[in-house]
Amino acid sequence: MATVGSLEQPVDPLGDLPEAVTAGDGPWRVAGRKLLRNRTAMAAGALFVAIVLLSFSAPLYADHIAHTDPFQSSLTATTVINGKKVDVLQQGGGALKLGETPIGPTWQRNYFLGADSQGRDVAARVLYGGRTSLAIGIGSAVICSLIAVVFGMVAGFYGGFTDGFISRMMDVIWAFPVYLLAISIATVLLTQGITVGPVAISASSLWLPTLIIAVIYIPYVARPVRGAVLSVREKEFVEAAIAQGASNRRLIFQEILPNVISVVIVLLPLMIATTILTESALSYLSIGVQPPAASWGTIIDDGQQLLYTRPWVAIAPGIMIVLTVLSLNVLGDGIRDALDPRSKVRVKD
Amino acid sequence: MLAFVIRRMLATVVVLFAITVLVFVIFFHTPGVDPARKLAGRNPSPETIAAIKHQYGLDRPLPVQYVILMRKMFISRDLTSYSNQGQKVMPEILAATPVTLSLVFGAAVIWVAMALLMGVAAALLRGSVFDPILMVLALIGISMPVFWLGEMANLVTQSRYHDSFLFSWVPPLGYTPLTSDPAMWFKHLLIPWLVLSVGYIGLYARVLRADLLEVGSEDYIRTARAKGLTERRVLIRHSLRTSMITFISLFGLDFGVLVGGGALLVEVVFGLPGVGLLTYQSLTSLDLPVIMATVIYGAFFVVVANALVDITYAWLDPRVRTA
Repeated sequence: MATVGSLEQPVDPLGDLPEAVTAGDGPWRVAGRKLLRNRTAMAAGALFVAIVLLSFSAPLYADHIAHTDPFQSSLTATTVINGKKVDVLQQGGGALKLGETPIGPTWQRNYFLGADSQGRDVAARVLYGGRTSLAIGIGSAVICSLIAVVFGMVAGFYGGFTDGFISRMMDVIWAFPVYLLAISIATVLLTQGITVGPVAISASSLWLPTLIIAVIYIPYVARPVRGAVLSVREKEFVEAAIAQGASNRRLIFQEILPNVISVVIVLLPLMIATTILTESALSYLSIGVQPPAASWGTIIDDGQQLLYTRPWVAIAPGIMIVLTVLSLNVLGDGIRDALDPRSKVRVKD
Repeated sequence: MLAFVIRRMLATVVVLFAITVLVFVIFFHTPGVDPARKLAGRNPSPETIAAIKHQYGLDRPLPVQYVILMRKMFISRDLTSYSNQGQKVMPEILAATPVTLSLVFGAAVIWVAMALLMGVAAALLRGSVFDPILMVLALIGISMPVFWLGEMANLVTQSRYHDSFLFSWVPPLGYTPLTSDPAMWFKHLLIPWLVLSVGYIGLYARVLRADLLEVGSEDYIRTARAKGLTERRVLIRHSLRTSMITFISLFGLDFGVLVGGGALLVEVVFGLPGVGLLTYQSLTSLDLPVIMATVIYGAFFVVVANALVDITYAWLDPRVRTA
């Protein structure tokens, strides 16, 4: 679903500024102040930061609170509940009194959310999974944006054949349903990874899903960047710079880039939200993060077999995804409102 | 208009060609990947690999390989699956298509109706508490992974509350064709329809609301108000009509993407044997010919849907034709 696509309204960083501007304040400072005043957006930002901090403290939780290794299957482990010793994998606990059922949520230090089918602590895995999901989500969004800025700038600045070529290439990637494109690339690379020149990425490396996701979303960022470059190019200050004999490099880096970067800043939180959702979907289809590594998507996948007996295995990572993506979407809206002068109209009437 | 249609069609053909080339490159020429081995599925025998090499002309020049693949895909349509004992791929895809269409079509009806309702309601109730509440709901809908929502729906309707009067009608996961039992078809699909539509309802309601408010500051709206029309009439007869242009073009694209393979996750969660589930099963068995075919057919569908949307758009809004 084109979560990002629908929000890619062009941002005109040189448009009218809100009336409450003191003379001498740059547009960035104005936007920053506007964002700080937006309580909803700040709360969302705080929630996102909290989730990131929580996830990256996963090893602390596993070592010092739950005392467990969430990547080691422990089929014979026991834990203590209300002073009684209990098996983590209980025999015949299911509806048919057959097979093994992992322990449910204990709501205490270890096995807080219960165990998965291999006796691993779900709460600790959700935190570790968050680390992976966030790293891939943020990493791929940033890589994607960097590549997209280069493509978008080159296409918009040089125009002509270069623009035609890059834009058509973007059209082709754009034409693919994102999951199909990701599936195609992932199936080919999944069993043996990829080696290009000196760079070798193994099939189980987290770089693989990161790069796949980064590639498939390039057009979503490159298009608005190109659009912004096209409009900035026509401005008088660029003409003035050309008249002063500025080199292309100077034009690109000093005149145009600072004026189109706001497009990327507006898109970035929404991109991260989208890439996190994509990562979870690919991992759920088992073509994203590969075991033993865990991500929110793989944990939901693990939880599918236990859905009716131990639903928390699937519920918990899903809630984390919803909270993360929601906070990023709200934050993204706030940043857009702060940087996009047209939002003035929207807030006032 | 005719000139626009012709230009758009030519562009479509170019994109379709580029897509086949891209798929060809991904599957046959990713560095360090042997396509014959990949096509042969898991643990192939050396004979199979040799046969595939010959069949796909992998020892011949690139353009020849490309032509052979395209011939297999579109002309002789005899792409066969190796993991699945020589099962022909095309009939499999054709058999799965009605399921995907049923799923996407029903969900589309729900999401368009609900999004119109929510978007218009939010715009009408601007300034009251309902507008932000509706928009937060929309945002939550957008932020939920659809496969997780599907699992939660299964948890509630298949297990936890299945015995309550609310969900006792829900049949076990699966699919019944419309032609054999319409009532059962409906029962099987209702929950998947709702789950698939949630994200789109949120997205479309937000887009529609923003659009309605933006259109609201146009001159002709002021004129309509000045004529003394009621707010409601201005909104529905004047604003909504203009906003529908964005809405419809967005709809065409998303519908195309969903039929083209985007409904995959929902099909997997609910065990609906559509094209998406077929792709997923081929993924688990690494059945490359099937994946290749579903990807190309999916992408084709999306590109053609895009072209149709553009042409409709140009028909609705003459300004686009010259662009």
